[in-house]
Amino acid sequence: MGILIDRATRVMVQGITGNQGSFHAGQMKAYGTQVVAGTSPGRGGSLHEGIPVYDRVRDAVQETGASASCMFVPAPFAKDAAFEALAAGIQLLVMVPEHVPVQDTIAILEYARYQGAVVLGPNTFGLITAGEAKMGIPPNHIFQPGPIGIVARSGTLSYEIADALTRAGLGQTTAVGMGGDPVAGQTFNEILHRFDQDPATELVVMVGEIGGSAEEEAAPFIQRMNKPVVAYLAGKAAPAGKRMGHAGAIIERGRGTLESKRQALEGAGATVVEMPWDVVPAVQRRLAKG
Amino acid sequence: MPEGRLASTVAEVAAAVAEIGPAAVKAQVLVGGRGKAGGIRFAENRQEAEAVAGAILGMNLKGYLVERVYVEEKLAVDAEYYVSVTVDRSARRPLIMASAKGGIEIEDVAEEDLVRRHVDLSFGLPAYLGREIAAEMGLSGDLAKQVATIIGQLYDVFRSHDAELVEINPLVRSGERIVAADARLNIDDSALYRHPGLPEVDEGTALEKKVHAIGLAYVELDGDVAIMANGAGMSMATLDAVQHFGGRPANFLDAGGGASVEPTAQAIEVLCEMHPKVILINIFGGITRCDDVARAITQVKAGPGIPVPLVVRLAGTNEQAGIEILKAAGIQAYRDMDQAAQEAVRLSKEA
Repeated sequence: MGILIDRATRVMVQGITGNQGSFHAGQMKAYGTQVVAGTSPGRGGSLHEGIPVYDRVRDAVQETGASASCMFVPAPFAKDAAFEALAAGIQLLVMVPEHVPVQDTIAILEYARYQGAVVLGPNTFGLITAGEAKMGIPPNHIFQPGPIGIVARSGTLSYEIADALTRAGLGQTTAVGMGGDPVAGQTFNEILHRFDQDPATELVVMVGEIGGSAEEEAAPFIQRMNKPVVAYLAGKAAPAGKRMGHAGAIIERGRGTLESKRQALEGAGATVVEMPWDVVPAVQRRLAKG
Repeated sequence: MPEGRLASTVAEVAAAVAEIGPAAVKAQVLVGGRGKAGGIRFAENRQEAEAVAGAILGMNLKGYLVERVYVEEKLAVDAEYYVSVTVDRSARRPLIMASAKGGIEIEDVAEEDLVRRHVDLSFGLPAYLGREIAAEMGLSGDLAKQVATIIGQLYDVFRSHDAELVEINPLVRSGERIVAADARLNIDDSALYRHPGLPEVDEGTALEKKVHAIGLAYVELDGDVAIMANGAGMSMATLDAVQHFGGRPANFLDAGGGASVEPTAQAIEVLCEMHPKVILINIFGGITRCDDVARAITQVKAGPGIPVPLVVRLAGTNEQAGIEILKAAGIQAYRDMDQAAQEAVRLSKEA
């Protein structure tokens, strides 16, 4: 179980012959993901990591039945690659590249809405359904199957928290990265809806950070959710007006503060913890309450 | 556009005012809220111009030295409006905001005085929308027409320049004229490669500029615990942890989610240059390999040296190999983030 991908998902990799694409296509396959195709314009007809390479996404989709694509192309080419994938009927597009111009992202998301597809990212680690399949760059050895859903803006912080959960015997359904950009394909709200409907997920850990208002906008749904939510929010020590690594992690004109997010989430019944290492005890308490 | 000239000496300012007449003297620094900070003053004549120029030129405005001013015709202001195009993160669309009550910071404008309209990139800004916004601002006749045209032009600038924000505030009505008295244009950093003609400006401090130039995300703070972590989220969380235990972070430094030996060593050298009391390195290896980080640490230690106490936390991919490498160099690594942060704070108070 889990959300968005499972062992049956047929995955292709855009930019499979590049450094990142090549390494991570291998890792995805090693994890058990059905990586059925890759694209690399001009390299069609070859095999890479044992995966057939095509020039065009349309051919890859037609010949292998790929329905999800993981993109590793350089940011300046991300828009074109995304349009190609969406036009070919890709239903789930995971955009790993960082530094995609924000107006390109907006255009991609408009086209994805028109095509009825789901986009994750840009600037995301991707997603992983524990023990089944992954798309993107999360490490293979940290996640274990279990009842906890994770949705986060940050990759390394998700790994930190997933590792602590796993060590405490609390496995995961799916961990989803929204990405660190100001405009992202999926919001906390949308991912929480999916976790709420997933029978295998019993509790959701949400990893937010300063900037924007995606956490605040999730609050009304969290209040109605059938499952408990534990949240950790990063950036308490961050000064206003400075970008903290992620393009989206910035307090602008008084908006996007941690305090506003904490109040909204607590008001909706989520348990908001102070530090990353407080997540496991909070999850244990919320699960014990039933 | 109002009439104006650039000036960098008191004499030039005085000459400009003598020529233009009553003028606003505006500090040329790339920081918002100049007016409030004393960076915009008015001069009616030559004598006043000399006094005002003497006060502004050379002043420190929010950390920036004022080397030039813009001397601009003082307008007879009949009304001040606000118009902007920005990216609405939540709606994932461009957003036009306008108000008949401009001249103040937009966050101080009451919600009921603000007109908001989203635009679809694929369809662009239809002309009627500009007219509708002008009408909702309460404008009519030729004035409404002029403002509608300006909104259309503003949206074109937003698109053609990959802007995150383009703002005119105030947009001044002076008699029959509509004048953009002050404007701001923020370009998306990720799109700068498409605009080679634009000057690239890093608003950071000297050290921030230097670290940005080697491609790392870095923010200078005023504490004494220098911090490096991998990934933006982890780096933020590490700052939070230091503060949580009563310490003061000296910086934010994201060494990258999958950085190898060389860039990591460069990042550590940056931390040493900051002359902190303690250095804290917090790594959770996902794609980053702990042995690579350990090698970077020993490389810096054996080379330029690490002049202050060092606290390292290593967990995740190749953790054991990393710990061994550090041990051989006489450095003990922590497995848990909370213990490492606590130890770094303790050492910072001892130093």
